[in-house]
Amino acid sequence: MSLFTPRRVGHMSPGGSAITYLLLIVWAAFVIFPIYWLVITSFKSVNDVNSGPVFLPFIDFQPSLHAWRDLLIEDWADTSRSYINSIIIALASTALSVLIGSMAAYALARVTYAPRLSTVLAFVLCMAAVLVATMAYGVDWRLAGAVAVALFVLMVRGLGNRIAGRLGNGDILFWMISQRILAPVVVVVPIYMMFQSVGLLDTHIAIILTYAVINLPIVVWLMYDFFASIPRDLEESAQLDGATMFTVFREVVLPLSKPGLAATTLLVMILAWNEYLLALFLSTADAQTMPILVAAMNAGERGILWWTMSAVIVVMILPVLALAVVLQRFISKGILVGAVKG
Amino acid sequence: MAADLSPSPTGAAQASASLPARSRGERLNEWLDRNARHIFLWPAVVLILVFSIFPLVASLVIAFSRIRLSGGGFQVRFVGWRNFDKQLFGSEQFHFLGTFGPLSLMGWVFGLAVTAGVIWWIAAYLRAGPTFIGTLGRLFPWGLVLGLGWLLSYTALSGRPFGTLLTTYFYVLVGCAIQFVIGMGLAYLCSRAIRGRNFFRVLFFLPLMITPIGIGYTFRMLADTSKGPFSPLWQAAGLGDFSWATDPWAARMFIIIADSWQWIPFVFIMLLAAFENVPRDYSEAASMDGASEWQIFREITWPQIMPVAATVMLIRVIEAFKIVDLPNIMTSGGPGIATESMSLHALFAWRSLDLGQSSAVAYLLLFVTVVTCVSFFNLVVLRRVRS
Repeated sequence: MSLFTPRRVGHMSPGGSAITYLLLIVWAAFVIFPIYWLVITSFKSVNDVNSGPVFLPFIDFQPSLHAWRDLLIEDWADTSRSYINSIIIALASTALSVLIGSMAAYALARVTYAPRLSTVLAFVLCMAAVLVATMAYGVDWRLAGAVAVALFVLMVRGLGNRIAGRLGNGDILFWMISQRILAPVVVVVPIYMMFQSVGLLDTHIAIILTYAVINLPIVVWLMYDFFASIPRDLEESAQLDGATMFTVFREVVLPLSKPGLAATTLLVMILAWNEYLLALFLSTADAQTMPILVAAMNAGERGILWWTMSAVIVVMILPVLALAVVLQRFISKGILVGAVKG
Repeated sequence: MAADLSPSPTGAAQASASLPARSRGERLNEWLDRNARHIFLWPAVVLILVFSIFPLVASLVIAFSRIRLSGGGFQVRFVGWRNFDKQLFGSEQFHFLGTFGPLSLMGWVFGLAVTAGVIWWIAAYLRAGPTFIGTLGRLFPWGLVLGLGWLLSYTALSGRPFGTLLTTYFYVLVGCAIQFVIGMGLAYLCSRAIRGRNFFRVLFFLPLMITPIGIGYTFRMLADTSKGPFSPLWQAAGLGDFSWATDPWAARMFIIIADSWQWIPFVFIMLLAAFENVPRDYSEAASMDGASEWQIFREITWPQIMPVAATVMLIRVIEAFKIVDLPNIMTSGGPGIATESMSLHALFAWRSLDLGQSSAVAYLLLFVTVVTCVSFFNLVVLRRVRS
């Protein structure tokens, strides 16, 4: 028997398993090493960073807490504010998008919608007209809005019977999910101008709302598949008992979809926690989140403060790593419900 | 939430007092119940309309105008196609498309090869029985492949630098290919009967959780040829003075490595679950019949995970087009514009307060993303699911 023939069916040959373990360990090293380097850099003195690589604490170099002291004592006000901002924004935007997204997903999975094509067309036309009028011709937006609403009503009445087409649930679902294709840079400038004109720049509300919408497609997509896979019997018997759609959703459907909800919530929370580009546009000081704080370590005249920056990144990834280790099984299962069905 | 709105009467004295309130609550309940189907759906629709569709249309208006910020407000002037004209044919052409040179031999060969490939693709489709809509839809990927192919010929293959369009495609195509191959390989290895599977699974998943900003800076530390952990190796190789940040291809590869470090876990975790869902009976029967592992993978396992793999890669490609954090942190788009993605291009234009150019670039990004992703979806994902 050669080294590469399996001894038993369903088992690996000795050579094959040696190669497997070797490859896995090489990859594990590749995954661990950057994280390890990050952690030890946060304990290095300025000299140790600048004078060339040192690898092992207590052997190569004496760990120093100076970066942590800077971060947690001297700059505590800045650090804690960003941290609290990040927590508030991640939790609130996740709650908002999971609530609204799963309600929409449930409705799309159970109720039949048939919006008229003509209504949608009229809406798009009116919105474009308002934008062109206000932006290019300087018409007051209140006036333009009022005219557009009137026009919209007229067009719905007038076109309603001429254009017969109707859209279905699949179209609405596709429309919602396809929003994910939008790169944030496409929409961020108008969002910035919008929040600027209502004086909400650099507030929690602006970032929470924006993140909630950016992540809404993921929630709708994952939860739709989850709801669609739940048998309807329970809901129907609850409805026969006189339960409303709200009661059914809260008492029957949500408890049944806990795994999917958990995975979706985690995924969306992590995305909100790590987001950088939109926060860069929408926050300057008061609503500054952790990724912005990390990037801010690059701004001084002294160059990049690698030690403090490493400490900030470690502080930022600790809670997420803890979550990931505890709950990763949930995540992959929850996501897969969506991916298997496409 | 609806049930909470009706006050519960406590005691006989209060019962009569709360009667009108109660009936109002009931009426509200009834109204909520009757309109439940709208109340479930509309919040999501309104949020998307306000924060996604409205900005999308507004961005289109901005892309066709020149915006002057003046004292708190802004002035908008229509300029028609001028913003796009500047990116595609004017003074910003080097930035978006690249610098065109006289076609080199390699450029000719590659361009003609791409043209031949597209013609063959068109012919194959026409022979298979085309439909009007199908032909119309395929005009976009045909045109895109031809355009990108000749663009590559005229710029990079003729020894000239290329712009943010091809850089973005480089990140998307090369990055996703690397991530798919390694991610699937790891998932396959981890799906076999090995010890410590849970350990590897958790460990390999971690990079996905880490903020891209953090990854960018960490990899900058790692890549430092004089102070980073690999500097002894660099020095031993005589490359101590080499800086990857000044060499276009080294810088691009470096961003791809960091991007892959983050995203391979995504491909890995999804495909691992797919591999574990494949029933073992067939592969065990085949291995009893003496089929090799490669044969089993190609003939039995691959067809079963192909639909999942296609969907996973679609998600990955969609996200890959948005790449902006890593090049911004690791190289600021440099050297020159060598590592600048289209998102970063738009971000830089915004920073220099050129909102019109910024939106024009963003719209061009949206266009190529949609064409690529829709083509991928129609030509790969759907076809595989059907067959």
